Amino acid sequence: MADPILEVKNLHVHFETHDGTAEVINGIDFAIDRGETAALVGETGCGKSVTVKSIMGLLPSATIPEGEIRYKGEDVLSLSDAERHSRRGKEMSMIMQDPMTSLNPVLTVGEQMMDVLKWQGRPRLSLSKLVRDALSTGAKAEHRKRAIEMLGEVEISAPERVFESYPVELSGGMRQRVLIAIALLSEPDLLIADEPGTALDVTTEAKVLDLLDELVEERDTSVLYITHDLGVAREVSDRINVMYAGEIVEQAPTADLFANPQHPYTRGLLESIPTLSTGIGDGIEGHLPDYTNPPAGCRFADRCPHAEPDCHEAYPYPRQTGPDHATACHLFDGLPARERHESLAAERVDIGTAPWLSAGGDTHSGDAPGDISADGGTDQ
Amino acid sequence: MSYVDYLVRRAIHSVPVIFGLSVLIFLISRVIPGDPVRLALGPEATDQQVAALRAEMGLDQPLPMQYADWLFGVVQGDWGMSLRTNNNVFSDIVARLPATLELTVVTLFFAVLLAIPFGVVAGTNKDRWQDHLSRITALFGVSMPRFWVAIVLQIVFVVSLGLLPLSGRLSDGVAPPPAVTRLYLVDSLIAGQFGTFVDAATHLLLPTVALGLATLAQVMRLIRSDMIDEQRKDYVLAARAYGLPNTLIEYKYMLQNAFTSSLTVVGLAFGFLLGNAFLVEIVFAWPGMARYGVQAILYQDFNAIVGVTIVVGIGFVTANFVVDLLYGYLDPRVRLEEG
Ligand SMILES: Nc1ncnc2c1ncn2[C@@H]1O[C@H](COP(=O)(O)OP(=O)(O)OP(=O)(O)O)[C@@H](O)[C@H]1O
Ligand code: SF4
Ligand SMILES: [Mg+2]
Repeated sequence: MADPILEVKNLHVHFETHDGTAEVINGIDFAIDRGETAALVGETGCGKSVTVKSIMGLLPSATIPEGEIRYKGEDVLSLSDAERHSRRGKEMSMIMQDPMTSLNPVLTVGEQMMDVLKWQGRPRLSLSKLVRDALSTGAKAEHRKRAIEMLGEVEISAPERVFESYPVELSGGMRQRVLIAIALLSEPDLLIADEPGTALDVTTEAKVLDLLDELVEERDTSVLYITHDLGVAREVSDRINVMYAGEIVEQAPTADLFANPQHPYTRGLLESIPTLSTGIGDGIEGHLPDYTNPPAGCRFADRCPHAEPDCHEAYPYPRQTGPDHATACHLFDGLPARERHESLAAERVDIGTAPWLSAGGDTHSGDAPGDISADGGTDQ
Repeated sequence: MSYVDYLVRRAIHSVPVIFGLSVLIFLISRVIPGDPVRLALGPEATDQQVAALRAEMGLDQPLPMQYADWLFGVVQGDWGMSLRTNNNVFSDIVARLPATLELTVVTLFFAVLLAIPFGVVAGTNKDRWQDHLSRITALFGVSMPRFWVAIVLQIVFVVSLGLLPLSGRLSDGVAPPPAVTRLYLVDSLIAGQFGTFVDAATHLLLPTVALGLATLAQVMRLIRSDMIDEQRKDYVLAARAYGLPNTLIEYKYMLQNAFTSSLTVVGLAFGFLLGNAFLVEIVFAWPGMARYGVQAILYQDFNAIVGVTIVVGIGFVTANFVVDLLYGYLDPRVRLEEG
């Protein structure tokens, strides 16, 4: 990747719980290029929100024992709280997951938008600014104009009315639009969208997604798009990172991932697309592992139809299976995608190759056209 | 629903409450003393005398008629004679109520005013020293009896340090300000008598502290725990993600939500202060209604007891009404969802 706006390297995130340390995020790596939309896809509870909240620095109760988060080349984990604060909103902003709870219920939409325009990036409330603002009606009128304009841009038909409304007076779709408007108000370079639209009905969701797509296109914003819906990820993203139980199990450009899905989890997700309305992962038997006592080997082994005894023991480090395709599964050969796994790679586990790749075993011809083994062969 | 509609609706809702309250007090005033006629005439009275007085007092009427008569009297200020002072109970109370109101309102005001920042600081520094300090203070505040606190304050600040007056509302030789509201703090300001204002304020200080410490502690802890609850909410995380300063998030966003859920308790606290003021009024010789009420109980001065009950009841209803108004103002959901 030429010039990534965000790079996450070997990120680990832990929580202290009553049952011990929950090792939720277990060494993930991904990057987003400038102007690109990357998707992070996985079932509920796999750690998507924890990942993005760690990037934003919004998890005071979490510890990050290892890892690096680089924003525009700068290691944000080494920054002071004040420095991180000054980057939130202006540099990177976020659309929160739930439109019903992410707006302050006791303030009007307008007031919340004006606060963002007035206070964003300031270290604290200052009395002198409060007084100055109260006196200068000019700045206030300008902020108001800007906020209403922004509401218009997210295609709210009566922006003045919505500006004066309290969140309870608005429908879910309306609130989702307001959340988008607030996040874009400060023109961030990186926008993190945590499952926008999931809480809405399908038609409204589609409209909101189209709108968001258009808005970030216009602004050339880089986007990290969180979703549990591979179908949605296909619509909006340039790259997909498939996440399972706090690990990224497969990453590839969107077209490549759909043409050539490799990880058994990814394939399971694709198979269950028709039943997506019930939530992904439901199509795959079993549950996420316990984060306080995660498996030593593959975190997916308990649910994987191709699991071998070795899978439970040996960690399936991500390996390069194509020029721009990495998969964390022992069924695939390839150099380790990260240098830190080189010693692990030396003791490679052999559980054979993916059954759908051997002759006659292709049960996914619809999803995975083309000669995959040839592809893998030329690149390694 | 606009705020005015909400206000009117709340006011209408208080009517049945006041009606119920009056029926209750009426029944208490008829039931508790046993037979008021026999009580008034003594054990020697003949049946004829009893019947005659019964008719004279209207007690031979059906109960609803009696209630109507009683209510009519109460509204007109006919609250009966006090056995102890031989005055009309109504004028007795009118003379003493402002002192109690001044004490309780000032107490509640400062208790809440201080509870807010203390509660916010404790809540946003959970399990750090600020929180521990607030916990210890609160424990002290609610567990020390008010009269004991009052006496300790007198010993320290009056007897030992000689800083503050011992008792009463004004020093000897200071004339009360011209009566407008009969609240000395207000009246002295209206009359421009700043010396009197300062004198009244210094007299108020210790009783207020003695009375309000427990309320302060209670409201502070409540705001603390509500702040902790708010901290986990998505809108707070969202506000952080937009880069808003922490102080804005804490004192504007979270506090307004947290205070709204503490409001109901603040309303109850006012009624509680009215009911508990007597302990402090006695220690500080505060010429208030609560002390009058206690004396009425000790003398079995029945009309006075009923009179004080009426006033405390009205105080409760009014406090709840004010809470509802604030509630509707601070939390738009209350009025929007009702409409
Ligand atoms: N503050 C926290 N303390 C302890 N555990 C947490 C905390 N936040 C999240 N977790 C745990 O981390 C795991 C991943 O949660 P996360 O919210 O990231 O899931 P998600 O992928 O966003 O799911 P969803 O699609 O439901 O939003 C969950 O098991 C959750 O219990
Ligand atoms: S490593 Fe083994 S268990 Fe894990 S996904 Fe691959 S085949 Fe399944
Ligand atoms: Mg989530």
